[in-house]
Amino acid sequence: MKLRGRAIFEGKAVGQALVSSSPMSFYGGVNPETGEIVERGSNLAGQSVRGRVLVFPYGKGSTVGSYVLYRLAKNGVAPSAIVNAKCETIVAVGAIISEIPCVDMVDVTKIKPDARVRVDGATLEF
Amino acid sequence: MHLTKEEEAMLAGEQGHATQKAMQILVALGRIYEAKRLVKVSSVQVSGVSYKNLGDAGLEFLSELAKDGKARVKTTLNPAGMSLTDWKSQGIDSVFAEKQLQVIDAYAKLGVEITCTCTPYLAGNEPSFGQHIAWGESSAVAYANSVIGARTNREGGPSALAASLTGRTPLYGLHIRENRVPTIAVNVEAQLRFPEDFSAMGYFVGRTAKDGIPYFRGVQRASLEDLKTLSAGLASSGGVAMFHVEGMTPEFGLGAKNLEALTFTRKELAETDSLLNDEGAPDFVSVGCPHCSLTELETLAKLLSGRQVMREFWVCCSREVKRLGDEAGYSGPIEASGAKFALDTCMVVAPVEELGYKVVATNSAKACHYLRNAGLKVRFMPLEECVAEATRSG
Repeated sequence: MKLRGRAIFEGKAVGQALVSSSPMSFYGGVNPETGEIVERGSNLAGQSVRGRVLVFPYGKGSTVGSYVLYRLAKNGVAPSAIVNAKCETIVAVGAIISEIPCVDMVDVTKIKPDARVRVDGATLEF
Repeated sequence: MHLTKEEEAMLAGEQGHATQKAMQILVALGRIYEAKRLVKVSSVQVSGVSYKNLGDAGLEFLSELAKDGKARVKTTLNPAGMSLTDWKSQGIDSVFAEKQLQVIDAYAKLGVEITCTCTPYLAGNEPSFGQHIAWGESSAVAYANSVIGARTNREGGPSALAASLTGRTPLYGLHIRENRVPTIAVNVEAQLRFPEDFSAMGYFVGRTAKDGIPYFRGVQRASLEDLKTLSAGLASSGGVAMFHVEGMTPEFGLGAKNLEALTFTRKELAETDSLLNDEGAPDFVSVGCPHCSLTELETLAKLLSGRQVMREFWVCCSREVKRLGDEAGYSGPIEASGAKFALDTCMVVAPVEELGYKVVATNSAKACHYLRNAGLKVRFMPLEECVAEATRSG
């Protein structure tokens, strides 16, 4: 299937989808050293974002979350791309400063967990 | 979004890497929030200063930008995680201190004034009515929009810095007049006697208003200190970036028809007070969230004159207000009591939980909120009672 959204930070990436059903907080929700999701109550708790195409509805929580994304990238454990239903400031800024391809305005419910997703600019293929 | 030729050049990297990164951030935000263009800003307040929140990654990001980035407009800085000069006597460990000073160096290189205060409007960054600004620090955002009538969205650290490095911000949200009208009314029936009552009211209303714009009716008078702490309360429990006070704040006339209304009576005031109080005797007392004004230093000087504090007592304020306090003769009695001025920092952004304290007494609902998140117990009380608690023997 092919979906076209809006590129927040343009780039190319391929990875297995890691799909969160709820909004994500990076500050306090993801370990910046390991990439492990530590947010209580998340359906992804215990899994790592490393190299995955991370799919979630939108970001929430502290604006420091942008720096957590940057830290993940510097530690080599960042997601390979981010896909949102609606991107907000924290994730958008985080993706830009970390240079992680980021796309929003797509129907994220169409993306099945573990599907192999190819991101290219504003387009997703899986 | 429309960009001018100069803005296009910034985005293309013709004015350096830092400017390009900054412009990428602004363009992305502009697209997300459907801004038609960018608008020039007259000043910036940057949040994201404490090493406690930034970590090594934040420090690395700032150092990277500082290689070729420069502030294009007046830019002031939020508090750091410690006093930049007296961190040793605050009990801060040297590894933290070294990293914090590196963060400050990066900001200085970027041309940011090292004001380290959450009340820039009391320390030389004073926008005027109608000016577009890009401020981080949620309490200062609410104060600037509501009390001064300047225009800013609630910026995060990187987006405020991006505005500084380009002199621009996307034109959306509270930069546009139509978006500054109230969304919820608050009928104030409680008698507001202390600034702390305004703090509690802000905290109560913020929870319901979320990111809306409250319109307060029935407030007879309010001092700068009242409005300063109201701003902080509203912005900490909710995402409030602007409010109006009928008959008082400059844009209350934008209209408040057919609004859903909350009521704030003695009952809600008492409930909020008890919500902000844990069990336990305070071993740390702190006032100045937001940073103390000169009037608050005057009050403290009177209350502390001839007395000795028996437990750690931090008076948080900017270096500018401290200087005025020195000249006015207020700082002497405060320091003679054993109370410590916590300059450049505050009880919220310093790693107080790692200094061994368990229960903090403070006159700020905002501070209670964040200290609890850091795992501390809190006691919320008026300034006078904070002093009584600090000077109580046993």
